[in-house]
Amino acid sequence: MPAVILPQTLDELLDLKAQGHTILAGGTDLFVHMRNKKIQPQTLVCLDQLKDKGLREVADTGDEICIGAAVTHSRLIQNPLVQQHFPVLIQALDTLGSPQIRNMGTLGGNIMTASPAGDSLPPLYVLDAQVELAGKNGSRRMSLSRFITGPGATGLNPEEILYRIWIPKQPSYDLHHFEKVGHRKSLSIAILSMAALIGLTGDRKIRAVRLAWGSLGKTIATSPETEKRLMGTPMDDPAGFILAAARIREEVSPISDVRAGADYRRQVAGNLVLRLCQGPLEPLKQGPGAV
Amino acid sequence: MKLSFTLNHNALTLETEPDRRVIDLLREDLGLTGTKEACGEGECGACTIRVNKELRLACLMIAAQIEGCSIETIEGLAGPDQALHPVQEAFVQAGAVQCGFCTPGMVMAVTDLLEAIPDPDETQIRKALSGNLCRCTGYQKIMDAAQLAAKKENKCLP
Ligand SMILES: Cc1cc2nc3c(=O)[nH]c(=O)nc-3n(C[C@H](O)[C@H](O)[C@H](O)COP(=O)(O)OP(=O)(O)OC[C@H]3O[C@@H](n4cnc5c(N)ncnc54)[C@H](O)[C@@H]3O)c2cc1C
Ligand code: FES
Ligand code: FES
Repeated sequence: MPAVILPQTLDELLDLKAQGHTILAGGTDLFVHMRNKKIQPQTLVCLDQLKDKGLREVADTGDEICIGAAVTHSRLIQNPLVQQHFPVLIQALDTLGSPQIRNMGTLGGNIMTASPAGDSLPPLYVLDAQVELAGKNGSRRMSLSRFITGPGATGLNPEEILYRIWIPKQPSYDLHHFEKVGHRKSLSIAILSMAALIGLTGDRKIRAVRLAWGSLGKTIATSPETEKRLMGTPMDDPAGFILAAARIREEVSPISDVRAGADYRRQVAGNLVLRLCQGPLEPLKQGPGAV
Repeated sequence: MKLSFTLNHNALTLETEPDRRVIDLLREDLGLTGTKEACGEGECGACTIRVNKELRLACLMIAAQIEGCSIETIEGLAGPDQALHPVQEAFVQAGAVQCGFCTPGMVMAVTDLLEAIPDPDETQIRKALSGNLCRCTGYQKIMDAAQLAAKKENKCLP
């Protein structure tokens, strides 16, 4: 029977965190874990009555967009700044859970859960997102890819909270794409997911590309070799993508779990790369850099 | 804790444990058994309610989280004379109710959808119902009910 505290200010929240209490954001991971007795916190610190705007706001700071950790997935999907600058993030959040889960769950909660299947994570990796961690003695920033250290493990110090997420605007990428493979469309945990950003030359050859993979390894996986292979490939040239698909199947070492075996994941990873090839398929979502 | 919130448009203050699950508060403490619990962990949507006009799951919320909020449950949909809400009527007419366990959650989700999008297409309906499972109907009659409800509600528009 945990006690529940409802701090009103950031200072109160940081004091409570320094005492080692557990944060309750949307509760969509926390309550499921408590029900399964994976964790049994003594005290929950609920964020709902906080007056601090930082945790709940999406702000344009010039070169970056800053997102409060307690912003829900639904609010992000509806946000014009996120829609304009990070279509890849919107596409991913659109597949997360269900309408109800998206109304409750927060970006900060998804990051802190640090699941290899966390749907916000591959987009945040390709977008070079940074996390801002706040404690009583100030705050610090680090890249998300350094922050997440393993399944469910992060570099958060016990007295800190995840305060905000900073994402640089990406004018140099023309195409944003996210695809998730699961057993069904909603309420399914990814068997594999891929986020991609692609920059094109005037004659539609790939001049810049970022890929990140969910549910492939213990944390989000990247694939620098495959990215290199894709450079210079014309978007409508299947042959180039077939080579890249072969490359990714060699490059990755997928996990095997209840949802799928490693060989299946390797095969599907290649197929997701093939899907990037334009041509018969529907066009990929335009990024803000598109002309 | 002393908890104050609005329940189906009536202001309410009561004494409860802050970690009381909202589903238990509604069903056991307040006798509102329309909201159902099936999975208890967010997967099925049977416990769908609205909190400040957003669909949420009463099985994954605790009392402290609804302090100051406006809560709507299936019991709040009927008119003052207990006449069924148009969405409820549509479910009856379309034969979209079998065992009925998913129905309150489905009706809440359709009501929420029609408030945002009065004339939804099939894809929009499917997406809006994607957090609600039904073990009986095979969903087609529920789709029919949603479409029928949209027609009914639109007729009411001036
Ligand atoms: C039915 C169902 C389906 C789901 N489907 C998906 C899916 O498809 N894809 C997916 O990625 N996830 C899915 N999830 C998982 C979950 O909804 C998301 O991870 C969600 O974003 C978690 O956010 P939350 O606000 O609910 O976190 P909470 O449950 O409130 O918190 C999660 C953890 O993070 C900590 N925490 C939260 N915020 C902070 C902070 N600001 N600082 C420090 N620590 C913090 C909490 O203490 C807790 O340990 C699903 C969950 C359910 C129940
Ligand atoms: S009982 Fe709440 S979602 Fe199933
Ligand atoms: S009518 Fe029985 S679960 Fe839907």
